[in-house]
Amino acid sequence: MRPVKKYGSEHRGTVGVITSENPRMTCRNVNVYYGDKHAILDVSIDIGRNEVIAMIGPSGCGKSTFLRCLNRMNDTIDSCRVTGEIFLDDQNIYDKKIDVVPLRAQVGMVFQKPNPFPKSIYDNVAYGPKIHGLVQNKVEQDEVVETSLKKAGLWEEVKDRLAHPGTGLSGGQQQRLCIARTIAVNPEVILMDEPCSALDPIATAKIEELIDELRAHYTIAIVTHSMQQAARVSQRTAYFHLGDLIEVGETKQIFTNPSHRLTEDYITGRFG
Amino acid sequence: MSPSLLIPAIIVFTAVAYQLGLKRSHAVAGPDGPRSLHSRPIHYAVMVAMACAIPALMVFAVWHSCQSTIITQLVVAELPENIRSLPANRLNLVVNDIRNLVVGNVGVGDTVKPEILEAVDHYRSLSATSSAAMAVIVLLVGVIVALWARSLITPELRARNHVERIVRYFLILSSSFAIFTTIGIVLSVLFEALRFFKSVPLTSFLFGLEWSPQMAIRADQVGSSGAFGAVPVFAGTMLISAIAMLVSVPLGLMSAIYLSEYSPKAFRAVAKPLLEILAGIPTVVYGFFAALTVAPFIRESGAVFGLDVSSESALAAGLVMGIMIIPFVSSLSDDVINAVPQSMRDGAYALGATKSETIRQVVIPAALPGIVGGILLAVSRAIGETMIVVMAAGMAAKLTANPLQAVTTVTVQIVSLLVGDQEFDSPKTLAAFALGLILFIATLILNIIALYVVRKYREQYE
Repeated sequence: MRPVKKYGSEHRGTVGVITSENPRMTCRNVNVYYGDKHAILDVSIDIGRNEVIAMIGPSGCGKSTFLRCLNRMNDTIDSCRVTGEIFLDDQNIYDKKIDVVPLRAQVGMVFQKPNPFPKSIYDNVAYGPKIHGLVQNKVEQDEVVETSLKKAGLWEEVKDRLAHPGTGLSGGQQQRLCIARTIAVNPEVILMDEPCSALDPIATAKIEELIDELRAHYTIAIVTHSMQQAARVSQRTAYFHLGDLIEVGETKQIFTNPSHRLTEDYITGRFG
Repeated sequence: MSPSLLIPAIIVFTAVAYQLGLKRSHAVAGPDGPRSLHSRPIHYAVMVAMACAIPALMVFAVWHSCQSTIITQLVVAELPENIRSLPANRLNLVVNDIRNLVVGNVGVGDTVKPEILEAVDHYRSLSATSSAAMAVIVLLVGVIVALWARSLITPELRARNHVERIVRYFLILSSSFAIFTTIGIVLSVLFEALRFFKSVPLTSFLFGLEWSPQMAIRADQVGSSGAFGAVPVFAGTMLISAIAMLVSVPLGLMSAIYLSEYSPKAFRAVAKPLLEILAGIPTVVYGFFAALTVAPFIRESGAVFGLDVSSESALAAGLVMGIMIIPFVSSLSDDVINAVPQSMRDGAYALGATKSETIRQVVIPAALPGIVGGILLAVSRAIGETMIVVMAAGMAAKLTANPLQAVTTVTVQIVSLLVGDQEFDSPKTLAAFALGLILFIATLILNIIALYVVRKYREQYE
């Protein structure tokens, strides 16, 4: 277990167990600044292998910002600065030697709004494997596209129209296409930033089911506004509040017996 | 009352009508105030104002346009029998004389016949009466209709709907102006071109390989009979436009990619307007640049390689024209590249795509329809360009694909055909209209394609 640095008494610390027995990603003392704004305050947390960890909290609490640190998507924002250490297995992803391109192939991301490329369904899925040279020929490529779409539960719906544009699918199908696109690169970790917020309940149910199945092969970190969703899909839950990581624990424990008053206030709906 | 006084009078009456409507609407509103009205008080006021202005102006316009014809007819009817029985074209001359005399245009040394003078006096008195009558009737119509509209005001009157309907008619009218102007231009060019095609067959114009539009000015003149084969001229246009596009598309597209994807914000804020200044330089200045700097440079560098470059070359004109239209390509492309949603880039980055892969394989394909639209607009600009070609590429209609030789373009030939003293109905002059027509059709097709592509793009993201 990696140590957490303790700063002065003003650091409130996080309630609960931040560590995991079998961590895939380890975050220590992560701070994020947007220009002068301190958006994430000294967050330390482990993300366990083959677990779904849900990050909840009121809007603007920094959970999406934190998630975007995990595959360095924040690099695309000029004013954003990240300090601290985030390890993927034994690699510090903020090490100067690390290149973000292979990192993002290992840590994939699904966004809030489905964002398929303006290409065919097939090309949307085949794009990642193609740029990373994961497939040698058309046969392998077909195979990857098919297995990825099957894993994403979309194959049956689109197998007859793979050449149609991905933008022509329904919202839920587009989101599953984006998940298929992400798993086609065979990442180790999948980050999901409110993946169901633009979807109807039926499409949401399908994605949640999918997340549960994907857990067997991948580590998943999901940001969500829906506490029911967090309770349904995750094993561990982290509660963020104004850039602080307030509490981490087993999902069941967080939702039935939260230790911190702020967590309790949030999940009982007293604010947020 | 002259129109210069009548129009302000109508405006004053309209303002008064507006106030009347406003007052009346408050009066009928009752104790609950304007809330009890169907429309806002301003709608009632505008309705009454419109009721005053629109009929008045319509009567004014009709009266003004018919006045001179009617008065002329009345005057002609009063002329002595011997003048009235003149043939129509002679009679027209007499009428012209009368009108000139009315406005005080007396030719030097003209002796005016007494019966004509009498007609002039008659004309003057008639038009004075007519003006006075017009003023009275116009203002009367305005007042009556405005009062009628005011009397209609009740809390239930749907004044807003009426006002908005009239405003909508105005909007339709304004937008149809541009359309009718276009149609007018097309028709005027079309009829002249048809006259040209009466003397030169369409096929020999479209497929003829020789262009030398010299015509015998007098019937007894020997010499050129003229050849009106438009192929060399259009070939010249295409050659120069192609060179211009070869310059502007890569440069414009690359600078658009740099500006939108790579450059720091501060640099972009300075560079983009600077680039757009290129489009604001008068083309004649580009012409100087092409003729005095670029063309000699090309000739000298050609001489180094032992190439025979004429002092006016398609290459010089094309290069400079290409630089001129860079902003068309770069500015429009920059806009559409910026319009590609950030989520699209994020999606590619999250898959581990590099920046250049993201730009080449995701952003540019997403922006492609818009970029194509921009390029097509630049092409139509290149085709229509005249000044640079006149100054740098010459006037010789040579059918060649060699960019080092002098060529000419459609627009240059149109200018040279119409400059100077020409009979207006000779094939030489009319050929300009035929060229113009074909050019218009070509750029119209390009513009339609551009609009279609741009529209298709918009449907995708909104």
